This record gives sequence, C-alpha cells and structure tokens, in this order.
Amino acid sequence: MEDRLPAVGEVRRQIETGRAVRRILFDTQGVTAWDTGLLAFVSKLREWGSAEGIEPDLTGLPEGIQRLLRLAAAVPPRKTGQNDIRLPWLARVGTTGLDAWAGAVAMLTFIGEAFLAVLALLRGKARLRGSDLAVYIQDCGASALPIVTLISFLVGLILAFVGAVQLRQFGAQIYVADLVGIAMAREMGAMMTAIIMAGRSGAAFAAQIGSMQANEEVDALTTMGLSPMEFLVLPRMVALVLMMPLLTLYADLLGILGGGFVGITMLGLSPTQYFYETQSFLNLTDFSMGLIKAVVFGVLVALAGCFRGMQCGRSSAAVGMAVTSAVVTGIVFIIFSDAILTVVYNALGL
Amino acid sequence: MPSASNAAAPGGGGPEVPRIAVTDLTLAYGSSVIQRDLTFAVRRGEIFIIMGGSGCGKSTLLRGLIGLLPPTRGDVLYDGRSFCTSDPEERERMMRRFGVLYQKGALWTSMTLAENVALPLQEFTDLTAAQIREVVALKLALVGLAGFEDFDPSELSGGMQKRAGLARAMALDPDILFFDEPSAGLDPISSKLLDDLILELRDSLGATVVAVSHELPSIFAIGDNAVFLDGETGTMIAQGNPRALLAESTDPKVHEFLTRGEARVPAR
Repeated sequence: MEDRLPAVGEVRRQIETGRAVRRILFDTQGVTAWDTGLLAFVSKLREWGSAEGIEPDLTGLPEGIQRLLRLAAAVPPRKTGQNDIRLPWLARVGTTGLDAWAGAVAMLTFIGEAFLAVLALLRGKARLRGSDLAVYIQDCGASALPIVTLISFLVGLILAFVGAVQLRQFGAQIYVADLVGIAMAREMGAMMTAIIMAGRSGAAFAAQIGSMQANEEVDALTTMGLSPMEFLVLPRMVALVLMMPLLTLYADLLGILGGGFVGITMLGLSPTQYFYETQSFLNLTDFSMGLIKAVVFGVLVALAGCFRGMQCGRSSAAVGMAVTSAVVTGIVFIIFSDAILTVVYNALGL
Repeated sequence: MPSASNAAAPGGGGPEVPRIAVTDLTLAYGSSVIQRDLTFAVRRGEIFIIMGGSGCGKSTLLRGLIGLLPPTRGDVLYDGRSFCTSDPEERERMMRRFGVLYQKGALWTSMTLAENVALPLQEFTDLTAAQIREVVALKLALVGLAGFEDFDPSELSGGMQKRAGLARAMALDPDILFFDEPSAGLDPISSKLLDDLILELRDSLGATVVAVSHELPSIFAIGDNAVFLDGETGTMIAQGNPRALLAESTDPKVHEFLTRGEARVPAR
C-alpha cells in the first residue's frame, strides 16, 4: 500500500508546476485495500487544498474513507490553550521561582508537621502501632544487613588501598589501620549506610506511600480520622532512626575488617598488629560522631521518602517520579547535612 | 435556575435543620476554579445524587464535602454546624461520623479485608479483639463477603473490592455515607446489587447517603434528590428529584444528560 502512495509534497509540486489546476479528483478504481496511510494522505491534501482554494472532490474515494473523513471533521479541534502559549523567559523564570518557593514551603510544612507528630508521640498523645513498627524495623534493619555488609567491607577495602599506595612509600603501612578506622568511624560508615538506606528504604517509603496516595488509600485514612502523618510517616521514621545507628556500627566494623583484609594480605601486616593499631588509635568520640550523623541521616532519609510519597500525584507515573525524587532528595540531604555536621564538629574541636 | 419539585421529606413537615447544608461553595485547585456558587441541602435519610458529565467536578465536590479539599469560599454545614471553619479536632470528630466509599474501593493494600474493616474499630472503639472480630465478620457478611476475612484486596474482583470498601466505610456505623461513583466499572448485575445494598442500608441504618454518579439507571433507581453540575459553566444548573427533573426540566443540558442525548427538550 504505502509504497504506491505518492508523497503529498510530490503531488503539490506537480499541481503547482502544472497549469491552473482547479479541481483534485481521486480515481480509486484499482484500490482493493487501504489503511490509515491513504486517509492521512487525503486529509493532508485536503488541508493544503482548502488553503490554496482548491477543494478536492472526495466522491471518487472508497465509501469507508469518506465516512472516516467526515467523522474526523465532526468535532472541530478544540483550543485547549495548553500548547500555544509560549511564555517570555522572564515569566518562565518567575513561574519556576514560584514553583520552587511553593515546593520549599510544602517541604517545610511537612517537616513541621512531622516534628509536631514526634512531639505528640513523646508526650504520649500520638499512637504508634506496634505491629507496623515491627514490620518497618525488620525492613530497615535485618533485611538491609547483606547489602550493608557487602558495601561496607568493600569501602573499607578501597580506603585501605588508597592509603596503602601513599603510605608504603614511607614504609608507614601500619598507619593504614588508623586511616581506615577513623574514616569508617567518623564518616564513611554513617554516610555509606545512609546512602544505602536512601536507595533502599527511602525509595520503598516513597513507593509505598505514593501508591497509597494514587489509590486514594491516604484519603481513606484521612476521612476515617486517622492522620497519615501519625499512621504512615511516624512508624517509618521511628524505625529508620532506631536502625540507622545500629547499621552504622555494623558498617564500621565491616569496614575495619575490609581494611584489615588488605593490610594483612597485601601489606604484610599481622592481624594482631592491624587490630591493635586500630584499637589504640580509635576512641569513643570517633564512633559517637559517626552515630550522631547516622541518627541525623536516618531522620532525613525517612523524611525525604515519606514527603515525596505524600506529595505523589494520582497516577502510576507519579509514583515512579516520587521514588526517583525521594532518592535524589535523600542523598542531597545526606551530603548537605554531613557537610554542616563536619563544620560543626570542627568548630567544637572534635 | 430551573429546578423541579423535591421529593417528600422522610421526616416530614417543619423547618427541619438539613443534615448537610452547602452554602455558596466554591472549589478550586490552585487558581483553576472547578465549581462555584454551589448551594443545596441534603435532608436526613435521603439519597442525594451529585450528577453531571465526566470531568465536571462531581468528585471534586465530594472531596470538598468530606474535607479533603478545603473550599476557596463558602461552607458546608453538618446538622447546622460549620465543617470548614471548625477547628481540626472538631472537624476530625465530624469526619468520624462519615463513611466514604472511594471510586476503586481504596482498601489498604497491605492489610487483609478483616484488618481493613478492623482498623477503625481498633483505633476509635474500646471493643476487645474478640468483639472486633465479630463486628468485622458481621460487616463483611452484610456486603456478601462472609468468609473472605483473610483475603488480600488484590485477590478480589473490582466489585468485591468495592463491597469490602463499603464494609469498611460502615465499620463505625456512620450517620452519612458518601459514595464516589459506586457503579463505575461494575457489570450491570453487580451495579444493581450495589444499588439495592445502598437502599437497604439507608432503610435499615437510617443513614443519609450522598453519591456521585453518572449512571442513569442507578440515578433513577436510588436517587431521592439530586444536583446537576455543569462542567462548562462550572456551577450547578438544576436541583431536584431525578425523575421529576427528567419530566420537567427545560434545561437542554440536563435533559440531554438524563435521556442519554436521545430526546430533545419537550416543547413548552
């Protein structure tokens, strides 16, 4: 079919170069079958023809084509006003700015509401369903162990490698233990765990709450007098905040083991040497600094996940976007707060 | 505004305070106004239909009535008390007297049917676990789902999910039941069964029912009173008993809607 249809431009050129064409007729005697290709061809030709003042005569076309053309022309195209307005750039900058401002206000409102819910919980005024909490604790805790194990071990290993290359030049391999220990305890343990949890639990929170939002389940909670903040956000946040320090401590240990693996197998250190050096160098302050970070990261990851979920629109595409944006927001929050905390620690002389 | 005569009030006579009074209500999402200047009343024990074409703002009005969308202007009064201007705690107390059946049931997918129905009972009553189990079994039996207690919502058909949603909506013996398109997506028989169930529940529980619908058979079968929303002008253009509207309304849009566009306006 299609290969035997002339292109509209070709026909147009022929008409234009020919002498004073006044009518366009169709001869479809030989046509045995047709599809939308012919329909599109005729409709395009007609559009062009009416602009040029040459109305094609459709009577030669198959009956079905004529009816479809009439059907397509029955409802005139509606001016929806959605695509034809192109705003000047200043207006676009303004709209983007206003949207960003509205987003920031929404986020602050959410954080404020979450804070009030936590206060209510501490005063014993908010309910926290034990069964829900247990499920989320398992989800954010035990179930995350394998991935935390793998990542932390590898991060410890990488840190040891990076340090070893430099330190070996001075014959100071033993300080790899100090380097890995302090990096894991103060920084990387909490940070890597938080990033894993942003991708794991933050995304899950956004997907769970987002699909509930899309399915009107959150509305159903609200109209039943059950606050979504209390019912959906609080247990998730509490679970993650409780589990983050534990996972971080575990990650610290695994990181040190990873460093030890490099130290022992590649740098010729003995296990005793390595772990004695780690033990004598690290103190409780290093660990507590990491644990404080872990708690902060836990709050932020949970907030980002739940906020994006609650903000989710009413379609399945919106759930996908909510998940993506929960992970991005979570990671931005983590890095940002880590920078602030590092500066604060520094100012405190820790 | 053309309006037909109302059906006889079930309570009858006297300046009765309407169960729901909507006054001068305007609903908008951001700056786009969906419906404006809505004023109507729903009497105790009646089945009130919010009808109109697709996308005219029926569900938006329902969201406004149940407190999910704060109105831009106007108020909704329940038993003469303002809903939109009352403080959050008072509003939450009023909302607890509502039962809402959402368009797709909106069952909490992470819970079984029994847990869905039990949740409001656990949260707002002092019943023991054994008593709750009994109430749940009863409510599920009322909607024809006895024995489905341990099913997950995803294991049920659309009609069953809706009925389960109704069981949950009735968990706290609400005074007012709201339905968002009860028959949408159901086959004619399931749809009829749901209509019968709504009538039965209204008669036996004495609840007031507000339903969003564009299904004519259902509107004529259960509606005592109705309001017709027009999407083009963004407001209500008729109010009254659906059958009376069919017989008497001179508004072409209302008439076209109620006759599926088959008959033109009767000559007057």
